[in-house]
Amino acid sequence: MEKPSASMWRRIKSRYNLVGSICKTCNTVYFPSRTVCRKCGRNTKMEDSTLSGLGEVYSFTKIYTPPEGFKDVAPYNIVAVKMKEGPIVEGHLVNASKDNIKIGMKVKAIFRKMLTEGDEGLIFYHFKFEPISV
Amino acid sequence: MRKVAIIGVGLSKFGERWELGLKELMAEAGLMAIQDANISSHQVDAIYGGTMSPGRFVGQEHVAALLADQLGFHNIPATRVENACASGGTALRQGFISVASGIHDIVVVGGVEKMTDVPLSDATTALGGAGDQELELSQGITFPGLYALMARRHMHEYGTTEEQLASVAVKNHDNAYKNPFAQFHKRITIDEVMKSKVVADPLKVLDSSPISDGAAVAVLAPLEIARKFNEVPIEILASTQASDSLSLSERSSFTEIKATQIAAKKAFEQAKVSQKDINVLEVHDCFTIAEIIALEDMGFFKKGEAAKATANGETVLNSKLSVNTSGGLKGCGHPVGATGVKQAVEIVWQLRGQAKDRQVSNANIGMTHNVGGSGATSVIHIMKRAD
Repeated sequence: MEKPSASMWRRIKSRYNLVGSICKTCNTVYFPSRTVCRKCGRNTKMEDSTLSGLGEVYSFTKIYTPPEGFKDVAPYNIVAVKMKEGPIVEGHLVNASKDNIKIGMKVKAIFRKMLTEGDEGLIFYHFKFEPISV
Repeated sequence: MRKVAIIGVGLSKFGERWELGLKELMAEAGLMAIQDANISSHQVDAIYGGTMSPGRFVGQEHVAALLADQLGFHNIPATRVENACASGGTALRQGFISVASGIHDIVVVGGVEKMTDVPLSDATTALGGAGDQELELSQGITFPGLYALMARRHMHEYGTTEEQLASVAVKNHDNAYKNPFAQFHKRITIDEVMKSKVVADPLKVLDSSPISDGAAVAVLAPLEIARKFNEVPIEILASTQASDSLSLSERSSFTEIKATQIAAKKAFEQAKVSQKDINVLEVHDCFTIAEIIALEDMGFFKKGEAAKATANGETVLNSKLSVNTSGGLKGCGHPVGATGVKQAVEIVWQLRGQAKDRQVSNANIGMTHNVGGSGATSVIHIMKRAD
């Protein structure tokens, strides 16, 4: 992982607990959280809002050519998930059977290890998605 | 606002230019442009240099002043412009604005990127910075990955097929074959695209633009004095730009780029022309799906119909609409900061009738479309002959 650790920890609320935000003026939910509402501008009234973690696959891919830090885990499945609360959230998909990923498939967010800094370095955690078994 | 024309253009050969550094690449294109414009160094009032990530690729920042000095322009204002893969197009627009406003007369616009000095994973990381670092790159979601998410959704909504996407690459390699400046001089088949290595499913290596070195330069002047330098000035009829969220996930649709739709609409209004007036067009085909989405967003085809039309040969050289005659980013190469300026260079050559084997007959009004990231920036220019 090439980025400095600080930027990982700064986003810990969204990465560990799916905490986004909601604008109380227009009730739009954002993930990740933001300070200024796209719709309300100077009338923004932003508060934390935790997503349920439930959603449906909106699009998906499998990445074979990774950036720095992801060589050991490639290839990996990526999904864009339309969350129950509205926002689209991108993340890794795990525990899916090989050819079974489909648009519209129901998934839920789980908490997993993303990367390790070598054998003795820090471990970075992140939300990922897994299929909701039917 | 004054009318603005391009009076000279230059291009380096695109490709893996192991033998040249950043300075030599810029000089190769720059010297050609100032000779083409027939200007002497002391006549240049200002320079804009478009480049995305020279700090990452070769450890060099402050590139516009470097460009000015390498071209022998003494002490003029030099400004670097960065908008990811749209840095070149944005630099051209800044040059246009500075001439149109009356602040400067002769303005040089350069675009450059020297990408092949670093390993592929470093280049992938640098390019990933064009998306939202905290949301996308931090999870290992690469640029091919983002366009793959767009492609998959386009296939789902409109029945677009991987073979239809492949036809974009086949066409652009055909055009590049006829362009001596292009990175690739190799024709490819649908079958070869389909069997090439997967980068981010459903996109394969041959759906993707390459890592490239290259530079492109254009010289601008007010139209009223342009003919003093060049008998065939090319007037810039429109120069427009729009932006959106850096992250793909924060946009309302994966099958359209809103910034392109807005910039294109404004460009047609500004130039007072419509889609049917354009017969030569350079679009930002960083991946095959990007050309399809661009043709739809710019209104040349209805949503969901550009892939079928491309597979039917409706955008090949000297069809009704010749798209990416240079070979596009796919065939000509994609030194990111240079691309937006290179598109303008190709249109200038087409409108002057200097495109040789790839000349579009009756090239009348041309258009360029340059995208940054997965669609956070879109820059569009419309040009025509003004002789």
